[in-house]
Amino acid sequence: MTPHDFTFDGHGLQARASGALFWPERRWLVVADLHLGKSERMARRGGSLLPPYETQATLDRLGAEIAATDPVTVISLGDGFDDDAAGMALPDTVCHALQAMAQGRDWIWVSGNHDPGALNPKLPGQVAVELSDGLTFRHEAGRGPDVSGHFHPCLRLAGQRLRCFLKGSDHLILPAFGAYTGGLAVDDPVLRRLVPQGLAIACAHRAIPVPVGAAKTRRRA
Amino acid sequence: MTLPPRFQDWFTRQGWQPHPHQIALLQAKGDTLLIAPTGGGKTLAGFLPTLVELAEPHEGMHTLYVSPLKALTADIARNLSRPVADLGLDIRIEDRTGDTRASQRARQKVDPPDVLLTTPESLALMLSYEQAPRIFGGLRRVVLDELHALAENKRGDQLMLCLARLKALAPDVTVTGLSATVEDPQRLADFMGGGQVINADPGPDPDIAMLPTSQPAPWAGGGGHYAVRDVLAQVKQATTTIIFINTRAQAELFFQAIWAANDDNLPIGLHHGSLSREARQRVEAAMAAGELRAVVATGSLDLGIDWGAVDLVIQVGAPKNVKRLVQRIGRANHRYNAPSRARIVPANRFEVIECTAALQAVRERDLDGDPRGPGPLDVLCQHILLTACAGPFDPDDLFREVRKAGPYRHLTQEDFDACLDFAATGGYALRAYDRWQRLMLRDGLWRLRDPRAARDLRMNIGTIVEAEMLKVRFRGRGGAPLGEVEESFAATLETGDTFLIGGQTVRYDGLRDMVVEVTKQPTREPKIAVFSGLKMATSTQLSHRVQALIGDPTHHNTLPADTAEWLALQANVSTLPRPGVLVSESFPHQGRWHLAVYGFAGRNALQTLGLLMTRVMEEVGLAPLGFLATDYALLIWSLDPVTDPAPLLDRDALREGLGDWLGRNAVMKRSFRNVATIAGLIQRNLPGQRKSGRQATFSSDILYDTLRRYDPDHLMLRITADEARRGLVDFDRIEEMLARTLRLDHRMLDRVSPLAAPLMLEKGRVPIAGQGRERLAEAEAEALMAEAGLT
Repeated sequence: MTPHDFTFDGHGLQARASGALFWPERRWLVVADLHLGKSERMARRGGSLLPPYETQATLDRLGAEIAATDPVTVISLGDGFDDDAAGMALPDTVCHALQAMAQGRDWIWVSGNHDPGALNPKLPGQVAVELSDGLTFRHEAGRGPDVSGHFHPCLRLAGQRLRCFLKGSDHLILPAFGAYTGGLAVDDPVLRRLVPQGLAIACAHRAIPVPVGAAKTRRRA
Repeated sequence: MTLPPRFQDWFTRQGWQPHPHQIALLQAKGDTLLIAPTGGGKTLAGFLPTLVELAEPHEGMHTLYVSPLKALTADIARNLSRPVADLGLDIRIEDRTGDTRASQRARQKVDPPDVLLTTPESLALMLSYEQAPRIFGGLRRVVLDELHALAENKRGDQLMLCLARLKALAPDVTVTGLSATVEDPQRLADFMGGGQVINADPGPDPDIAMLPTSQPAPWAGGGGHYAVRDVLAQVKQATTTIIFINTRAQAELFFQAIWAANDDNLPIGLHHGSLSREARQRVEAAMAAGELRAVVATGSLDLGIDWGAVDLVIQVGAPKNVKRLVQRIGRANHRYNAPSRARIVPANRFEVIECTAALQAVRERDLDGDPRGPGPLDVLCQHILLTACAGPFDPDDLFREVRKAGPYRHLTQEDFDACLDFAATGGYALRAYDRWQRLMLRDGLWRLRDPRAARDLRMNIGTIVEAEMLKVRFRGRGGAPLGEVEESFAATLETGDTFLIGGQTVRYDGLRDMVVEVTKQPTREPKIAVFSGLKMATSTQLSHRVQALIGDPTHHNTLPADTAEWLALQANVSTLPRPGVLVSESFPHQGRWHLAVYGFAGRNALQTLGLLMTRVMEEVGLAPLGFLATDYALLIWSLDPVTDPAPLLDRDALREGLGDWLGRNAVMKRSFRNVATIAGLIQRNLPGQRKSGRQATFSSDILYDTLRRYDPDHLMLRITADEARRGLVDFDRIEEMLARTLRLDHRMLDRVSPLAAPLMLEKGRVPIAGQGRERLAEAEAEALMAEAGLT
């Protein structure tokens, strides 16, 4: 699970193999697109009854990252909840687990397009629209340089589809941290516009850097 | 019922006599299963009672005809129109498939035709309507065509559940099953839910033999290219020939090879499941019009419209199972009293033996078939959800009804309850969906919580789960797509790679808007022709015959001389595999130790055995490097020799390894995806739904991993494991192999044996690498970084 160290906008950052971003200088841990409560929302809307374990799975992974990095501040970079109602409907066990994780640190919920509303009062931390402190953190990439989520970037490497960070000169886009989240390929026109050329850092057994949008090279599998 | 005079007159006017089985079917009371060879007037036999009854006035739908193929329903409608017109019957016959216009479908709901021709999926859809009781309430007859084909997969299981539903809606309905020759007619009748078996005269013995070839079959490989000129010579002499080949990739390559040798430019077409529907229809139309002298085809032509002009079938490659071979032979010469002509071309030396054994079986009319086991529960889950779409239901009534379906006649209350619980609540140990259940119990009846869900459920009907397919098109040109390839295949392509599709070599340019763009590369050798597709394993009975033939030198005179000499040499240097004895050999070759195990258990089972045995070898430090499985043998290579294979073949150790290995295997994930889609846990990807630029949905692998971790006893995982054991993993056949092994006979040799030699040449080697995928990803990333100057 070796992380990959890199610089963005003059700051030393660490892409973790889990998909979380760590800022060692500040000891901030940033995770994007947790989408907690996704299976509940699908069921509520009359869709499939998906295995209702993704929130637990996501929290288990988040807990492991917090234990490994011991951050001063944890930032959820938007779409922490699959919608506002899902946030409100989180079972008490989940709220307690989040409270325990937040013990002794700051916790900030940046709001996203899925969860623009108020925070479940049983949850720790506070809501912010965006955060600017040395680096700018917001849910969806805006005027760079900024750190964002929203697009769930992923790429293909040796036949496998992997979640990845996407780093250009203006934008650093985080992969989705939530368990049941799909992805958008890094060579999709939308992501190409934001990051025409740069680096993708794939989340596998370790964080693997891969160039994207570089001058056309012949790829070998 | 007897044949009324006007019908008798009609037969006479055609210059026909009704076949005895046509009369027998007319006179039968209750449900019947007709077993008749192709060309036996099966369809007319099935419809004759309907036509006779419809000479009297009838209200509403009288007869429902179900066929596995849409094309067949249209063909039947045409064929029936003639006797109906000749007899002056006032009957409305319509078809109803996925292609039927919405306006027509709506009208059929209100005003059903006398005879409706449909497919299992369309029937399931119609039964999910609230109006189903009214549409089918007056039904008198059901005709199930090509039942032998339907009984081989989940479409048949679904159809039998629908049949049970029809019988509940219309208690007086009479069912007629129509089938080609099968090994066990009673078993098929039981599948149908019971009924009297009527056997038609099977007709004259087929004229079937090995194709004499100018050179002997090669030692290994599966293409059959060595015989291309011999095949062409046969095509020239026949009117129309179907050349059956086992896989799509081999069909493409053979098609290319035959055209390279086709000096007379005989019109020869290609037909397989990866070609676009338009391309397939063009070939079918050309065949029907008599414009083709031959068509190279895969199983895609096993069923379908009869082409009277086909007078020769050539099977290239081992037939893998005798029943399928007989059914394929039946595709030649659809005239009842003329023998079918067929020639077989073994692709390699092992297949020479298999083909010889298969020919013996055909002559002895000894058909094979591996029983499928009880009705799968994922299909039942879908059926329960669709039943709820039609209206509230009583669980006890539904349980009794489902048990009337043949494949589910032994269904336990416990399994039924588990499926109902899954359909209603998801069936999770963590009861998370109390408020949002899919089905709610009110007043003793289960019903949809949200009636709007019916739409999504109906979209998900069916048991065929396609791999994600991508269309292939020429770049910068419009026009019809060339065909489709599996997404996983497209993912392995790099710009500049060449592959075969539709008989031409194309160059991969890139993926755009979910379309694989290619350019023509006629001059270049194709690099790849792999659209995975499943490889069928040789049937249990045929494997036994092959083993018995090899093990009995007194019968080696039935084999070609070169093959007999090969086996004699094997008996000399080592020993021959024979019934009751599991022969294995260890020998060094090019610095590696090799272990050959002659298991005769089929490719899938031996592949699984390879994975399990190498796992044990790894544990005891024999350093296995890779293995290869064929239908007959398993070959493992390692740094250290296996001196005693007994511990590696210990049944309990293998079973234990299976549980552990199976869970993490990609084969399981593929099975899970199918099961979860059929059961309604995940929505199938509908055509046109996927658009570029949208976030792809998360993969079913994530659901699988999550369930395994947090809810390992969940129903979906149980169904997946059951299915894999019988299907791709085929552990049941490993057990069967061990059960018939009375003793092991292991030989230590100083070099490769004659029987093992062809194995060394086979393709499809599986490397053993625990961290293989990770290392691949690492290596590729490093190479990319280096190229970009970023290291």
